[in-house]
Amino acid sequence: MQAFKKLTSTAVPLPIEDIDTDQIIPARFLKATTRDGFGDNLFRDWRYDKLEHPRPDFVLNNPTYSGEILVAGANFGCGSSREHAAWALADYGFRAVVSSYFADIFRGNALNNGLLPLIVSPEVLDETFRTIEASPAARFTIDLEAQTFTNEETGTVVKFEIDEYKKTCMINGYDDIDFLLSQREKIEAYEENRVDFSL
Amino acid sequence: MPTLFDKVWDAHVVTEVPGGNQVLYIDKHLIHEVTSPQAFNGLRERGIPILRRDRIVATADHNVPTKDQDKPIAEPLSRKQVNMLTSNCEEFGVELYGLGHPYQGIVHVIGPELGITRPGITMVCGDSHTSTHGAFGAIAFGIGTSQVEQVMATQCVLMSKPKSMRITVDGDLQPGVTAKDLILYVISQLGTGGGTGHFVEYAGTAIKGLSMEGRMTICNMSIEMGARGGLIAPDETTFEYIRGREFAPEGEEWEAAVEYWRTLPSDPDARFDTEYTFRGEDIPPMITYGTNPGMGMGIKETIPTKSEIHGDATLKKAMEYMGLELGNQMEGMPIDYVFIGSCTNSRVEDLRLAAALVKGKQIHENITGIVVPGSQQVAKQAIAEGLDRVFTDAGFEFRGAGCSACLGMNEDKIPAGRYCVSTSNRNFEGRQGPGARTILASPLTAAAAAVAGKLVDVRELI
Ligand code: SF4
Repeated sequence: MQAFKKLTSTAVPLPIEDIDTDQIIPARFLKATTRDGFGDNLFRDWRYDKLEHPRPDFVLNNPTYSGEILVAGANFGCGSSREHAAWALADYGFRAVVSSYFADIFRGNALNNGLLPLIVSPEVLDETFRTIEASPAARFTIDLEAQTFTNEETGTVVKFEIDEYKKTCMINGYDDIDFLLSQREKIEAYEENRVDFSL
Repeated sequence: MPTLFDKVWDAHVVTEVPGGNQVLYIDKHLIHEVTSPQAFNGLRERGIPILRRDRIVATADHNVPTKDQDKPIAEPLSRKQVNMLTSNCEEFGVELYGLGHPYQGIVHVIGPELGITRPGITMVCGDSHTSTHGAFGAIAFGIGTSQVEQVMATQCVLMSKPKSMRITVDGDLQPGVTAKDLILYVISQLGTGGGTGHFVEYAGTAIKGLSMEGRMTICNMSIEMGARGGLIAPDETTFEYIRGREFAPEGEEWEAAVEYWRTLPSDPDARFDTEYTFRGEDIPPMITYGTNPGMGMGIKETIPTKSEIHGDATLKKAMEYMGLELGNQMEGMPIDYVFIGSCTNSRVEDLRLAAALVKGKQIHENITGIVVPGSQQVAKQAIAEGLDRVFTDAGFEFRGAGCSACLGMNEDKIPAGRYCVSTSNRNFEGRQGPGARTILASPLTAAAAAVAGKLVDVRELI
């Protein structure tokens, strides 16, 4: 997993709420058996029309906007559990998604792939959209260590919350499996001592 | 004063991690072809085996054809993915109910019908509708592929304990109103993000009065309001459903299990972080008008012009996609396809309900109707009861088991621009195929629409 410490970048705005994982990566692209190459099909049906031509009105096809930060409406990543959504965003080149809240499974998947789901208040989200609209070249800084999100254009700095454990994992590029494997003895002790009607 | 959720969760905590996360032991892990290949690859790369093979069951459902299931899969990428599940299961020693196996079917249909799903257990699957299994009083939730790998390797996930919510629905449902309408109604009130961060317990007399199939429909759609999962307290209905199933406990073991299961319901003074209450009588037959399951309304209502839950831009985008207008009524609107299936509504009770309505009738000439049983066992039972004939005589196609047109991944898709009344759980843009327009409804409303060729109020037919 790629480590994440600090990032300064322009941002891509997508001010739509409830963006579901079927939009992020449609089901017909889930036939792959590796984790690679999903970025080409990120937001496929919003990005391309039926004849596979780029839709000029979609933000990823608009040269005015670019960057490693995606800013999206509330409840980003709802719907299916497909981790392919996080893989597609990361493969395309995003390293963080900013929204006022994320669907639970997506948030976990993003964290497990070094893609930072950054939660800001609805007001800060609005301000962020306004800033990008007014100046598409506006830059934002995410400092994970300090847990701050800075709008370099306006100078606004806000703190964001992240679970301590997950923060350490992101900063060091660790994933949960290493930690869980280290708990083997405790897991076996639990199995020995429990009431079990599941088998 | 613990809740049902607390009791099951707390009994599965292996250890606590500084910062609030817990290592949660997983009793049962279901896997399918789409979200498992990268997890198996991960194990291989790390050189680690599956820790508890007796706790994992695999099936092929999302990416399988529902026609000619005895022949090799025609589409090369789908065939490769399904074959890879077979070879991975062989290599790692996992029980597989693959295509052609009498137990094959949608992962959330086969778990309960085989007696694998039980009260008081923890269950995961790389699929968000794992919430279905909560109907038995289990903690069941969807996970991503990285977590699938973690569970394979350690039988555990790392999570912080979610918040609790109780949704109480008291009273009686109107005739023609089903569990599907109930949950679509609740989601329309709370929105697709209303349950985020929570596990939801459904309670109240309207819930208690439901069959296990109805309860599964409710818990299935918990994820559509953003909840991690849903649960319903186990009771006699639950025990009767499980008793005698293929892998259900027997004899003394059964007695001991039931005794334990009876201790699980929330204590009378249990406290929830969030509570909602609804009245069963208030719930009409529901349809959706937009592009997420929260955009639902009663069949007689008009599409709202303003919403507290959905912003203007989101509503406008939904209307453009659906080819509909804010403020319009949808009752009487012609439709093109009817899909009866998916892990929400493809159990034999759903098929019985729809069959009773179409029996002796013909579906409208403009309608393409397909009925897809959730599993081979459901198909077998339906055939034994003659339901397949009822459907085919009426002009429906009756297919083999799988996810089918629920997700626009396999061969079964709805063409662009066409309206499909679907008993599935998601009306997202492109969910049933690029450009397809989905209207979610109950099996009764779907069957009625097939016969009429348009959206109708099923209360007026029964
Ligand atoms: S039927 Fe649909 S919702 Fe259910 S598991 Fe299959 S694809 Fe997912």
